[in-house]
Amino acid sequence: MNILALFISAMLINNIVLTKFLGMCPFMGVSTHLDSAIGMGAAVIFVIFGASVLSYFLYYFVLVPLNLEYMQLITFILLIAAFVQFVELFVKKFSPALYKQLGIYLPLITTNCTVLYVAQDNITKGYTLVETMVNSIATPAGFMLMLVIFATIRERLNQNNVPKSFQGNPIAFVVAGIMAIAFSALAGLV
Amino acid sequence: MSEKKTKKQGFFSKMLTDNPVFGLYLGICSTLAISTSINNALGMGAGVIFVLVLSNVVVSLIAPITPDDIHIPVYIVVIATLVTILQMFLNAYAVDLYTALGAFLSLIVVNCIILGRAEAYACNHNVKDSAKDGLMMGLSYTLSLLVMSLIRQVLGTGVLELTNPFAGSAVIFSIRLIPEQFIIPMFTGETGAFFTFAVLAALIALYKNKLAEAEAAAEKAAKVAAAKAKAAQLAKEKAAKEAA
Repeated sequence: MNILALFISAMLINNIVLTKFLGMCPFMGVSTHLDSAIGMGAAVIFVIFGASVLSYFLYYFVLVPLNLEYMQLITFILLIAAFVQFVELFVKKFSPALYKQLGIYLPLITTNCTVLYVAQDNITKGYTLVETMVNSIATPAGFMLMLVIFATIRERLNQNNVPKSFQGNPIAFVVAGIMAIAFSALAGLV
Repeated sequence: MSEKKTKKQGFFSKMLTDNPVFGLYLGICSTLAISTSINNALGMGAGVIFVLVLSNVVVSLIAPITPDDIHIPVYIVVIATLVTILQMFLNAYAVDLYTALGAFLSLIVVNCIILGRAEAYACNHNVKDSAKDGLMMGLSYTLSLLVMSLIRQVLGTGVLELTNPFAGSAVIFSIRLIPEQFIIPMFTGETGAFFTFAVLAALIALYKNKLAEAEAAAEKAAKVAAAKAKAAQLAKEKAAKEAA
């Protein structure tokens, strides 16, 4: 498959937030300010890339030779949890400034369903190592794009007069619905 | 909300205000994605109840002997094992449901409701209470899925249909509620999912606001009554003094 087409389709057309509804929790929780949206997005790109490449090696060089494919779920989630913990320790030790910025988001990423989804998606679709790398950068990049767009919309939304019961998350879902309409127009891009 | 008040609330009212999906915004991903038909909703709901009850039981059993530092990885492995069992079972006996749920079946592992209940409830309660809590949470998750899929399926396809996943998707019942020319296909798509969710969440918020208002009003009324009683007592004392 053409690498560019893969990148665009993973980032825009099959946007993970709007078409797969994944990563909704951080999407709703973090997207209230632009700064935190960018911080979270960067952390997610890094973790998904690392975790997906590691799980690619784990699957094809450990699980397949041992005929343990059914252990995929358990090993992947452990790998992700361990990787996040490791990244957290590493960043804390070597770049306290970065840790201060990303610190609160890192533990949240373990339970971000996008990480597990991308790692498994690469395996089910039978991607090669290069395709895996492209897919695991493009997908979280789409996530970050959504977070940033959404954060800017919500910053303006906060200054408007929203009916009381729709305040907070419900109106955010309405916005997400409208964005899903807009993004469905990109379907013919590739 | 105070502990006392939640006890006073009825079962149904509690299911609304403490609803994990629309009230606390947990497990949204699967709710939005799976709620296209009541079939999927029931299948997913049953799966989550199975995993949630068993994981709560196991976690409450192993919590006392689990070192504090690694408790989250331990709980996740327990949950992942249960989900793998569920996956294998569905793949063997209900292939249609297995393909319909797709990736979301394995994503039950990272469903915040399950880890959340293990962390917040099961690790410091006994086995029986934990199982009950798992069942209760699982049921209200299933109810949310069911309500949402009912709205989306009826508005989006016009047909209410239930099939038996264990018998090659044999149709149990199928009723056309809306004529074909009046259906709104948008509701089966992503946009419909977001809109339906927004409206349901707003309704829950409305109900919560009403409850809070009623409570505030009751408090005010109680204060007024107390002030009146005090005034009456003062007047009585005054009268008694004057009489003396």
